[in-house]
Amino acid sequence: MSKNKQFVRFDNVDKSYDGKILVVKGLNLDIEEGEFVTMLGPSGSGKTTCLMMLAGFETPTHGEIYLDNNVISNIPPHKRGIGMVFQNYALFPHMTVYENLAFPLRVRKIPKDEADKKIDKALSMVSLQGFEARMPMQLSGGQQQRVAVARSLVFDPKLVLMDEPLGALDKNLRESMQYEIKHIHESIGVTVVYVTHDQSEALTMSNRIAVFNDGKVQQLSSPDKLYEEPVNSFVAEFIGENNTFGGVVSDISGDTCKVKLDSGNEILANPVSVKSKGDKTTVSLRPERAIINPSDKMDNNHKGKIEEVIYHGDHTRLRVNLLGNNSFILKVPNSSSNLDIKSGKDINIGWNSKDSRALDPK
Amino acid sequence: MSKEQILSSDGLPLEVSLKKAERKNKIKAVLLVAPLFLFIFITYVMPIGDMLFRSVDDRMITKMLPNTFAALEKWDSKELPDEKVYEAFYKDFYPLAMNKTSGKLYARLNYEKSGFSSGLKKTNRKIKKFEKGNYKEQFMATHKIWNKVEYWTALKNTAPKWSYAKYLKGMDLKFDDQRNIVQVDKDRQIHKILWMRTLNVAFWVTIFCFVLSYPIAHLLATLPMKYSNLLMICVLLPFWTSLLVRTSSWMVLLQQQGPINDFIVWLGIAADDNRPELMYNVVGTFVAMTQILLPFMVLPLYSVMKTISPSLMRAGKSLGGTPLVAFAKVYFPLTIPGIGAGCLLVFILAIGYYITPALVGGASGSLISNTIAYHMKSSLDWAFASALGTMLLVGVLTIYWVYNKLVGIDNIKLG
Repeated sequence: MSKNKQFVRFDNVDKSYDGKILVVKGLNLDIEEGEFVTMLGPSGSGKTTCLMMLAGFETPTHGEIYLDNNVISNIPPHKRGIGMVFQNYALFPHMTVYENLAFPLRVRKIPKDEADKKIDKALSMVSLQGFEARMPMQLSGGQQQRVAVARSLVFDPKLVLMDEPLGALDKNLRESMQYEIKHIHESIGVTVVYVTHDQSEALTMSNRIAVFNDGKVQQLSSPDKLYEEPVNSFVAEFIGENNTFGGVVSDISGDTCKVKLDSGNEILANPVSVKSKGDKTTVSLRPERAIINPSDKMDNNHKGKIEEVIYHGDHTRLRVNLLGNNSFILKVPNSSSNLDIKSGKDINIGWNSKDSRALDPK
Repeated sequence: MSKEQILSSDGLPLEVSLKKAERKNKIKAVLLVAPLFLFIFITYVMPIGDMLFRSVDDRMITKMLPNTFAALEKWDSKELPDEKVYEAFYKDFYPLAMNKTSGKLYARLNYEKSGFSSGLKKTNRKIKKFEKGNYKEQFMATHKIWNKVEYWTALKNTAPKWSYAKYLKGMDLKFDDQRNIVQVDKDRQIHKILWMRTLNVAFWVTIFCFVLSYPIAHLLATLPMKYSNLLMICVLLPFWTSLLVRTSSWMVLLQQQGPINDFIVWLGIAADDNRPELMYNVVGTFVAMTQILLPFMVLPLYSVMKTISPSLMRAGKSLGGTPLVAFAKVYFPLTIPGIGAGCLLVFILAIGYYITPALVGGASGSLISNTIAYHMKSSLDWAFASALGTMLLVGVLTIYWVYNKLVGIDNIKLG
């Protein structure tokens, strides 16, 4: 059975709440069957609105949404058959765990013995067997979260939406739940659309990530590509840590270009979104791509002065004044052969030109 | 089991030093509550106690006729009492007549049996001319009540210091001459009708309030702030207006030549010369009481609905429930604490409502509270008013108890 490449399709969707501001602008997005896609973006970027439109709680102002090749704009939420996990779990507080899970099955008139099997399966998936008779209030946050996940899966939906489901959990629990949800997704092959503003969560869990900003998808690609090859400054800034240099392209040839920085120095960069000489640009460089005192020959090699040393346990973070940027961050792993790092010292910093990406100006 | 006593660092037992440390706070707490406690005691507990006491207190007559009751004790209630009793009554009644303090006796005995009042009044006038000895004949000559066994029985029945006769009266029952509890005559049974009407009105007013309030409260809880504030003011505005003003405005609206009747005529539902009576009957009581008690239903409902996350309804729908199912299975059960609080509040307020039924209820729309007021102000039968009040109080407590059994008082949220 071939998988539907366009299981969920947003076709040029606009959404406005007040007739003045577009919250979602001309959104086009295809999601493959069985995929785990995360909508990632700062608050107000339109990601939750997209999810709500998909769930049927908001209607698009313009454009169509397709689910399995059917237009769903006119289908009310309860007929869409989409599972959903809400931000605050939205467990029914007056029902036991069992009744919560039985709700979607009862409204579908599934016979009791079959329903019991499904509930048992769903609870074992989130390892909560034996909690059937508990009330949601008697469960911890993490357990409530699991019940919410189980409830969204118990009626075997083809698509599950999750709206910042881990936002209320503490860090450790959040991380273990991330793996758990990821494993559930892998084992049952359901399509998941996940909304979060937490980039590490998105990177950990997703097949693909759609980075939202300003009502638009800025980039839709796999986590590694998103991190290594951001297509514009927003994505580079939003995902992971980033060092930037503002400047103007002074020369461009093939896959390298020269950028004259505001400080007057010139660096070599990878021309991603600059086309010709004279274009303004922001050069982006991941901290771990810059190396102190490089032994190999690197095509960018500059001197900087350490401004601050911050100890982080497994690594040390350096704030360096480099080429007019005094918040250039470097990460140095804490190994035994550590260099003599002290605030105020001058060091050599080198990196390859393909790692410094010349993107659109900020 | 041996228990080692734990000592605090100064050598005192821990319990003692803990008490010592807490004592100051305890005293402070008691002092803070004391004014309220005193206030409640003086303005609430004492009057209610007094009411309970009054409703069964029958000592006044016992004090006025001590000799008579002593003499009547041996009387067999079959034939007219003998001379001794008449003499005792003379001994009691003569000073009362001389001091002109016999008035209370007429009223008290007339409650017991009508006819006493006129008989005693006549006796009062004549007793000064009574000669010593042979009182029986002189009394019998004065008024016919003195030669009837029923009157003597009635008099004897008033002897006990404490009496629950008023409570029987409140339920349209009475003692007959042999002190059996019997129903009063059919045409005198008014209290049962009043009780039933009061319960009926309170019940339907609660239902109307609930039906009208639920959507309003829901709107209040879900509308955006700027609209919900306006709506809230609309709900509270009548609340801030004087009860009397609101009731009289209903009188303006509901009268026969009033705008509501005009509208009914204009719609062609009733002819102009046959305008329906909307006031001075039960209809007026229903309409005005529902409007006046509405906020008491809206506010508890609102406070509960406000706490229900809108995502619960969404969850219900996304899980496949139609809006109706999601409402019935998810939203409605969660509002039950508010419904409980609102209904209890409205019902209890309605059951003792006074001003509104007094003004717009007329005769067929007046409730038990109006009867209590009547006995307080007009008939001056305070004992009976107290008995009715106590019955009302017991009724409310019973409803509260039943309610607690059914819904559970813990499930009630007043906001």
